[in-house]
Amino acid sequence: MLDKLKIPEHHYLNNGHGLKSWLLTKDHKRIAIMYLISISVMFLLGGLFAMGIRLELATPQGDFVSADTYNKFFTMHGVIMVFFFLIPSIPAVLGNFLIPPMIGAKDLAFPRINLLSLYIYWIGGIFTLGAMLLGGVDTGWTFYTPYSSAASNTHIIPTALGIFIAGFSSILTGLNFIVTIHRMRAPGMTWFRLPLFVWAHYATSLIQVLGTPVIAITIVMLFVERAFGFGIFDPTRGGDPVLFQHLFWFYSHPAVYIMILPALGVMSELISTFSKKMIFGYSFVAFSSLAIAIFGFIVWAHHMFVAGISTYAAMVFSFLSFSVAIPSAVKVFNWTATLYKGAISFETPMLYAYGFMGLFLIGGLTGLFLATLGMDIHLHDTYFVVAHFHYIMVGGAIMGYMGGLHYWWPKMTGRMYSEFFSRIAAILVFVGFNLTFLPQFIVGYVGMPRRYHSYPDEMQVLNVLSSAGASVLGLGYALPVIYLLWSLKRGAVAGPNPFGASTLEWTMQSPPLTENFVEVPIVTSEPYEYEHVVAKEKHLV
Amino acid sequence: MSKAVAHADHGHADAQHAHHPALQHHFDTMAQQKEAAVIGMWVFLLTEILFFGGLFVAYMIYRVWYFDAFAEASRSLDLFWGGLNTAVLIFSSLTMALAVRAAQTNKRKATVNWLILTMILGCVFLGVKVVEYADKFEHHHVPGPNYVWAEPGHEAAPGSEHANLSLTPAQLQNTTQIYFSLYFTMTGLHALHMIIGVGLMLVITWMAWKGKFDAEYYTPVEMSGLYWHFVDIVWIFLFPLLYLVERP
Repeated sequence: MLDKLKIPEHHYLNNGHGLKSWLLTKDHKRIAIMYLISISVMFLLGGLFAMGIRLELATPQGDFVSADTYNKFFTMHGVIMVFFFLIPSIPAVLGNFLIPPMIGAKDLAFPRINLLSLYIYWIGGIFTLGAMLLGGVDTGWTFYTPYSSAASNTHIIPTALGIFIAGFSSILTGLNFIVTIHRMRAPGMTWFRLPLFVWAHYATSLIQVLGTPVIAITIVMLFVERAFGFGIFDPTRGGDPVLFQHLFWFYSHPAVYIMILPALGVMSELISTFSKKMIFGYSFVAFSSLAIAIFGFIVWAHHMFVAGISTYAAMVFSFLSFSVAIPSAVKVFNWTATLYKGAISFETPMLYAYGFMGLFLIGGLTGLFLATLGMDIHLHDTYFVVAHFHYIMVGGAIMGYMGGLHYWWPKMTGRMYSEFFSRIAAILVFVGFNLTFLPQFIVGYVGMPRRYHSYPDEMQVLNVLSSAGASVLGLGYALPVIYLLWSLKRGAVAGPNPFGASTLEWTMQSPPLTENFVEVPIVTSEPYEYEHVVAKEKHLV
Repeated sequence: MSKAVAHADHGHADAQHAHHPALQHHFDTMAQQKEAAVIGMWVFLLTEILFFGGLFVAYMIYRVWYFDAFAEASRSLDLFWGGLNTAVLIFSSLTMALAVRAAQTNKRKATVNWLILTMILGCVFLGVKVVEYADKFEHHHVPGPNYVWAEPGHEAAPGSEHANLSLTPAQLQNTTQIYFSLYFTMTGLHALHMIIGVGLMLVITWMAWKGKFDAEYYTPVEMSGLYWHFVDIVWIFLFPLLYLVERP
């Protein structure tokens, strides 16, 4: 069977050559590939700043860089990773590539707007990276006033403008997905036949569309204050700096769900495919995505328990934050139930999926510590918080992204990567990640605050463990770059459906045609029915 | 199964029947293409509501905290110019709606004329805004280092019925600045939206003149219309919030 498989003669990658055919393309798949390259560059940059942070923290004295430089390191790490890597990661790469074929469409509803969103992302990136070259920013990625509006003399305006601009890229992606999912489904593709990946992206898009404009207007207010001396957040004139925090977190808390929801969607696909079982409780998993999106909008003030908000408000926000655990747990329980008595196999994407489940669980449960009012006063602004959100953003979102990238890589390129090296990388990532961030829970619990470049001597052991783990993690992320690029030329030909998956995108050839399907598919079954897939595979042989 | 196939064939036949030059390759029918555009535009307007929403939240909080200062500062705005602009914008919404209607009924010249009239009204609004802003600069009512709070008219001098005795001059100097910070950010962003709208309409007018639109395809005119009405509605909220805080 293996020698029968060949890369098809025509596909989206060879339909047009040269830089112009890429830069002016309206093909969602090519745009996804350009996003993939762009965010990988950003991930590398953000990773380099993380390396700087971990190098500094290997010793208790601030001896590697000055305190001011250290401030710029963690700010740029946060800004790049949050706004230029995590938020676009799964939606703009995997979502862009997969949503049209998953629903049986030729393209997104607005292909030109899709390309526009990529250009906007690049322009935003130029502003922010330009600010970095000019000397960087030192406010932290949160830009709290009045430090950002009145005190700091670093390059806040270009950095914030970059985030403002990149935000429109995120809005346009979300808008495009919403319209596409509403209006571009193939005949027979009802809402409850959508793969759960699509449901997760629908929920994500709602947050992108409703949340992002709020950070945009917040940046506008910060801009007029810093550039023209307006006084909206200025306490000396009666303005309220805490208002900035409210507006900032009104977007930036839901933004966490922009990062994690698509990863939850990837997880549902992986778990079902690699246990060859219909997902347990499809509609619960689908609606839990929407529930997370909605709950995500009403918990923002749990970031501000020590900012002087009223106790009663804090109690309400604490309670609401707890309730986010319910839809999250629905997903984890349903995946577990899906695995039960499944025909489980352990290909690389599934290793990431397993890693995700464990890390997301720890990240989620430590979130409950932080949502507890009394506990949060002890843990606020310590490394416990840093560890918690890295378990969600790196252990959750990036594990999901890596799992999805490996899972759909054969679909995107037509070739398989080395299973051996990819398994090693997945294990390195898991081990390295835990070695980096588990010690941070402890060091934070005993009182090490975040955002300082020096610390007491007795905390060194845990910090050295963390820095060592970061090196392993870095290796785990570097390895895929090598074997994935290698696979482009030398990888085994994958064929249309190497993992025996059941969703619509696997009925396309790999790599797909520019118009995805030869003729418009007609959907007659639920997304996770494996009987007919197995039958078809046998027929193929 | 046979039913599904029949349905797909039907869809295919529709697509061939309605092969309009403006139909993009990834849509089956003009109706599908238009529906997509309409949903997309409404979703975009939703983001716009949230965008202005942040400012309205800030306004709401500070108005409750510093009501007297807001009332005082609001009285320094000229009701004539504000009222005139409100009338101009509402009228421009009417002309915009008529432009959409004209496009829908294949009236090319009427479409162009209504669009031009809408643009003129938009420019009148912006012109009035320039007059008002210039007045603020003259009276040092632009927040920042050069800001000075003083009543522009003589009828509200200290001791008159409007002077608010509960606020010291220093408090007024500070908190009216917050009012004007919001005034300039809100009306400034609104004016920016107006400028973008006029720019959009220039393109649409040119397209209409070239005869790109007909009863089957006038989506760009309708989308610009939705946008224009939205900008209008924002002003309908801004006018009472900024000009009519507490008028005698």
